[in-house]
Amino acid sequence: MPQIPYILSVVTFLPLVGAGLILLARQLNKGSADSAARWIALATTLVTLAVSVHLVCAFDQANPGYQFIERFAWFAGAQYFLGVDGVSILFVLLTAFLMPLCILASWTTIKDRVVDYMVAFLVLQTLVIGVFTALDLFLFYIFFEGTLVPMFIIIGVWGGANRIYAAYKFFLYTLLGSVLMLLAMLWMAHTAGTTSIPALKTFAFSPAAQPLLWLAFFASFAVKMPMWPVHTWLPDAHVQAPTAGSVILAGILLKLGGYGFILFNLPMFPQASEMFRPLVFTLSVIAIVYTSLVAFRQTDIKKLIAYSSVAHMGFVTMGIFSGNDLGVQGAVFQMLSHGLISGALFLCVGVVYDRMHTREIAFYGGLTSRMPWFAAIFLMFTMANVGLPGTSGFIGEILTMTGAYGVSTWTAFFAASGVIFSAVYALTLYRNVMFGEITNPALKTITDIDKRELLIFVPLIIGTIWLGVQPGVVLDYTAASVEALTTTYRAAIGG
Amino acid sequence: MPDLITALHLSAPEATLAVGGLVLLMVGAFAGEKSSRLVSTLAVGLLVAATAITVTGPLGQAFNGAYVADPLAVYAKAVIFLSSAVAIVLGDGWMTRTRIARFEFPILIVLASAGMGMMASSGDLISLYVGIELHSLALYVLAAFHRDDLKASEAGLKYFVLGALSSGLLLYGASLIYGFAGSMRFEDIAAYAATNPSTGLIFGLVFLICGLAFKISAAPFHMWTPDVYEGAPTPVVALFATAPKVAAMVLIARTLDGAFAGLHDQWAQVLILISLISFVVGAFGGLAQKDFQRLLAYSSIANIGYALLGIAAGTTLGVQAMLLFMTLYVIDQFGFFAILLSLSRNGRPIRKISDLAGLRKERPVTTLALTVLSLSVLGMPPLSGFWGKWAVFGAAADAGYWMVGAAGLVASVVAGFYYLRIIKLMWFDPAPEQAPTDKAPIEAKTIAWASAAFAFPLVIIGLTWLEPLAARAATGFGAG
Repeated sequence: MPQIPYILSVVTFLPLVGAGLILLARQLNKGSADSAARWIALATTLVTLAVSVHLVCAFDQANPGYQFIERFAWFAGAQYFLGVDGVSILFVLLTAFLMPLCILASWTTIKDRVVDYMVAFLVLQTLVIGVFTALDLFLFYIFFEGTLVPMFIIIGVWGGANRIYAAYKFFLYTLLGSVLMLLAMLWMAHTAGTTSIPALKTFAFSPAAQPLLWLAFFASFAVKMPMWPVHTWLPDAHVQAPTAGSVILAGILLKLGGYGFILFNLPMFPQASEMFRPLVFTLSVIAIVYTSLVAFRQTDIKKLIAYSSVAHMGFVTMGIFSGNDLGVQGAVFQMLSHGLISGALFLCVGVVYDRMHTREIAFYGGLTSRMPWFAAIFLMFTMANVGLPGTSGFIGEILTMTGAYGVSTWTAFFAASGVIFSAVYALTLYRNVMFGEITNPALKTITDIDKRELLIFVPLIIGTIWLGVQPGVVLDYTAASVEALTTTYRAAIGG
Repeated sequence: MPDLITALHLSAPEATLAVGGLVLLMVGAFAGEKSSRLVSTLAVGLLVAATAITVTGPLGQAFNGAYVADPLAVYAKAVIFLSSAVAIVLGDGWMTRTRIARFEFPILIVLASAGMGMMASSGDLISLYVGIELHSLALYVLAAFHRDDLKASEAGLKYFVLGALSSGLLLYGASLIYGFAGSMRFEDIAAYAATNPSTGLIFGLVFLICGLAFKISAAPFHMWTPDVYEGAPTPVVALFATAPKVAAMVLIARTLDGAFAGLHDQWAQVLILISLISFVVGAFGGLAQKDFQRLLAYSSIANIGYALLGIAAGTTLGVQAMLLFMTLYVIDQFGFFAILLSLSRNGRPIRKISDLAGLRKERPVTTLALTVLSLSVLGMPPLSGFWGKWAVFGAAADAGYWMVGAAGLVASVVAGFYYLRIIKLMWFDPAPEQAPTDKAPIEAKTIAWASAAFAFPLVIIGLTWLEPLAARAATGFGAG
């Protein structure tokens, strides 16, 4: 297959070019700027998706190292250094996959400042893909921090009634986490004399320094993840964000935390990871059990799904810090699967919210009779969220739990109980919203999903089922990179 | 006699400014009140010429070491003179529009620049003091330039009284240092301090630091800053926030990292304390501000704290980081003030932060520029403010000041709240019923856009040549 030169730069900066085109189109033609913005955004994200698919096809699965490397000296020791391995390439694909769906989901619902909205999304896409491809400490930090700004604006401008509070909370919470990471990065660059992430992975940081560095990175990624007890920004941000904003938040931005753990904490500070494993396991189990129970008590559909996200991210942290093949592979799988499922669930909420403009569970009931197609789709993703075998949610949970079982039986035991809790809240939600008689007269005229909405759901359905019955397609990509990671990890902790 | 000629050749930038300033005074006096535009233009030309002379001039020492022309001085003076020129450009249009244009305004800035050049080049305690007084006296007058305005007069008076107090402290410290070291020259003091760290010398040093900390408005010597920023005419504040701060920071680097390099352990403690208090005061003090210029005052206090961290590191890298930070900071500040000068409704300037509400609809480009600048000062990568912070925190970390660095970064999150509020008001809030904004004056608009464009994306290219320049300027300074 012919190779596109500088393919990673292309895939990273294509959305930015699209954003530029949108602004140009507005200057040229003020009248139809909105519809031009929609079409350009959709075209850009689709081209980006095509390039990422090409990237994934050209990727050599057997090679555990970084591929498609681009490296140029920048200034002051920092460098422009891009590359992907078996883990990050899948996140690039996930981002490229979800973005066109987000653009489609906002096609008619966003009526105000469409140009700005599309530009914000495309800039966000560049920054997120940049995080997954950056292999230089400071380049990573630039992209990682940069994601805050467009998301702040997306929540703040197009969000719900309490959007300003949520936007502030989102921004300041995550900023506080990441400034500590910046300090740790400065220290690492100073100590190791390099800012290259692959080089830092092989640099043995002294066991005395590791705990502090680990904690600094943990502070940043745990907030992003989000882990209990620093998860409180997430429900607010989700509830206030527009539908597509929630999809990006749950589907991609939360994955930055897990990706960060795999990129930094585990390989660079193995002793500290081993030392803090009980802490991570405890927090993960609390996240799984406690937030599942909290989700059960929610009266707002979006908030319920937001809490369920926190619970599912608990599986991810548990898997990563098991430090074995199964756990880490499972964590990556769970993140990808959650990207599809939670994205789809937020889109489902968006469907009813667009029609009724409320997310109160009590408002709804008996939708199956009026919206059969929607009922089937919502059921399928509810089941996937619970972890029904045959869907991708099951594979992620079973792999992470098996991974954790090898390290701590009790952790796996409590995590497994979380699966039951998730069934409780998810099925209760489904019953309350979908089943029964229509008691609310406002719902008598609600319409089923239209073709555009169906078009958004079809790729997600295919993805969820495909990964559920053929998990190998993902695991083959991650296997080599994860094995290299866990082998060095075990060697470092002497196990 | 050849000595004098060499000395004059070395000190040509200040000589040009001093003589040129006097000539301009004559021009103004003979041409009358209406000549302010002409004098301003000539003053800008004079400052640019002085910059060219500085950059191309020879390096060396003059007047028995009282005056030093080294890469540090050249770098600092280039920044100072160009900043002054920008301040004159901003000021001229504003003064004309508010009908208080007088030809003394550019001349005072030129004379202050001569003093600031002297500060950046000082090689002994006498030239240090002369430089400080020359620039301060001109600035006191500038603060009260809008003489019919009550607040401006108040600002001038406050600045003068507190400035005189700080000069007294500084002078007392200088006399103690002279008494113990037996010499005025920084080189002799450095030799003495390295071998005899006597209590008296340290005592004098602390007084000197207090005096200088006042000039850069570092907490706890910041009391005058919010009032002066609020009361003084906006273009004058734009000058206060930029050139004198650079001059005083370079002077601090020169005295502490040069003359007192041997006492780094002693003065570093003082400086770290000052920076810590500055972050905290700057971050928390800004939270409740309603006036935009007061907010900028607190923001400058916090930022000076960051810059001091670079000097506190006591290394060449630290001085380099401070220079880079100050340069990027100055460019950001001009953006803020240019935007403030370009916003008015019915001829009344926008002063309250809340007046920015809903600005996005009316002035999309200005909104974008102010957003970029706010995020830059907040330290978001990859904007220019981030690289400045990156440099100083890197230098501080390099010298082992981890906890101070962590405190500074946490303070920057607190300060993040008020920068976000600016963005929130412009982007999220609906515009209240009010008069539309006036057409922006061309010079303020240009400077605002240029400054925002530099903050991002030009900084990415700009740093590749700014950084080596700062590195060259810092060479030879720092204890280790």
